[in-house]
Amino acid sequence: MLTKRIIACLDMEGDRVVKGVKFGNLRDAGDPAECANEHARNGADEIVLLDITATSGNRRTLLDAVRSTARSLFVPFTVGGGIRELEDAAAVFDAGADKIAINSAAVRDPTLISGIAGRFGSQAVVVAIDAKRVAGSFEVFVAGGRVPTDRGAIQWAREAAACGAGEILLTSMDRDGTQSGFDCELVRAVAEAVSIPVIASGGAGSARDFIEVFRDGRADAALAASIFHFGIENIAELKRELHDASMPVRWPC
Amino acid sequence: MIAVVDYGAGNLNSVKKAFDYLGAEVVVTDQPEIVAAAEKIVLPGVGHFSSLQALNRTGLREALLQSAGDDKPFLGICLGMQWLFDGSEECVEIAGAGIFSGKCRRFPTSVKSPHVGWNSLVVQKGSRLLRDIAQDSFVYYTHSFYAPLVAETTAASEHGLQFAGAVERRNIFGVQFHPEKSGDVGLSILKNFCEV
Repeated sequence: MLTKRIIACLDMEGDRVVKGVKFGNLRDAGDPAECANEHARNGADEIVLLDITATSGNRRTLLDAVRSTARSLFVPFTVGGGIRELEDAAAVFDAGADKIAINSAAVRDPTLISGIAGRFGSQAVVVAIDAKRVAGSFEVFVAGGRVPTDRGAIQWAREAAACGAGEILLTSMDRDGTQSGFDCELVRAVAEAVSIPVIASGGAGSARDFIEVFRDGRADAALAASIFHFGIENIAELKRELHDASMPVRWPC
Repeated sequence: MIAVVDYGAGNLNSVKKAFDYLGAEVVVTDQPEIVAAAEKIVLPGVGHFSSLQALNRTGLREALLQSAGDDKPFLGICLGMQWLFDGSEECVEIAGAGIFSGKCRRFPTSVKSPHVGWNSLVVQKGSRLLRDIAQDSFVYYTHSFYAPLVAETTAASEHGLQFAGAVERRNIFGVQFHPEKSGDVGLSILKNFCEV
């Protein structure tokens, strides 16, 4: 049986893992390779490394972090942040990533999705969408959540899938960093609109939140960062709780 | 020496890295003569079945068929396993190796496709590749087309229907999942391949 995935996200600033609350107030959390391996040992089904500041410059630092993280990591590894063109993606794959996540650049030019999918396969392309409730609908924001686009998240997810995206990483900006639960309504709307897997992000605080986003939000995977880094919730403990609640997860692993 | 065959289909780093980690001597190559000289062969690959066309163009197809016929241990991963079958609905113009019979088909629309994530294996007894792999072990898949269950199926998984997770005949092995991305279970499988 296909299991629901628990994905640990490492938000990177320079060569350090950090995690903010609502896209601000960064706190230091450690070395990416060490964090990734610890999460994998604890049962993380995948690791995502997001370069949250390097929408410019600093690419060498990121690639070094990708290389050192990939060396001894044997679960799927996604890298996002600052990938603007095919060659940026190629460099990240070359450094050892299995998938790339693209956000702003894909909104600007959806052919980037088909271009990367054509060369590396759809399974390697995750389209990240930052969505926020605006006047009763879900609007897409870019540039780290700073710039509104006037586009609806559901329509954009459909278009990204049609362009060859392999998965959607859907972040609720309203819930991000709050630990108040995923936005199940948003996740369900997108999950029902596309046939590709949807990864829910933003708001994880407890095992109950994961159960809800899998059951009510119909998410295929859920991603969290802050709760895993500071020991608020250990992934092994989380998976045991999900398993006990009859949620299909990779446990024991 | 293990030859990991590079025919331009995706990223071979992770396969090489896993063998490096296990201490195996491994080379990534697109040269038929290096494939012919290798002790073991790994045919990886992700993406579209049409990318296998490159095997026909480069002379690699003959080298691979020859090696498989010579009883050299041969492991096809993902698209590389699908190549061992007759062909795929994904690209009917390209013939597979026909070592296992049947065609790869697209998952039914009743389930999410691509099939991405960790799924459990129903393991058959007696597989050399899956030696000591526990029943219901989880492995990582990412694919939209699946190979049918055949007599040589050594592990099955379920996603809307039952499909071949692993196949094995003598020296020829195929896995639809990615052992290089399947944690300790995957590394054990690759270690078994190193030791057959």
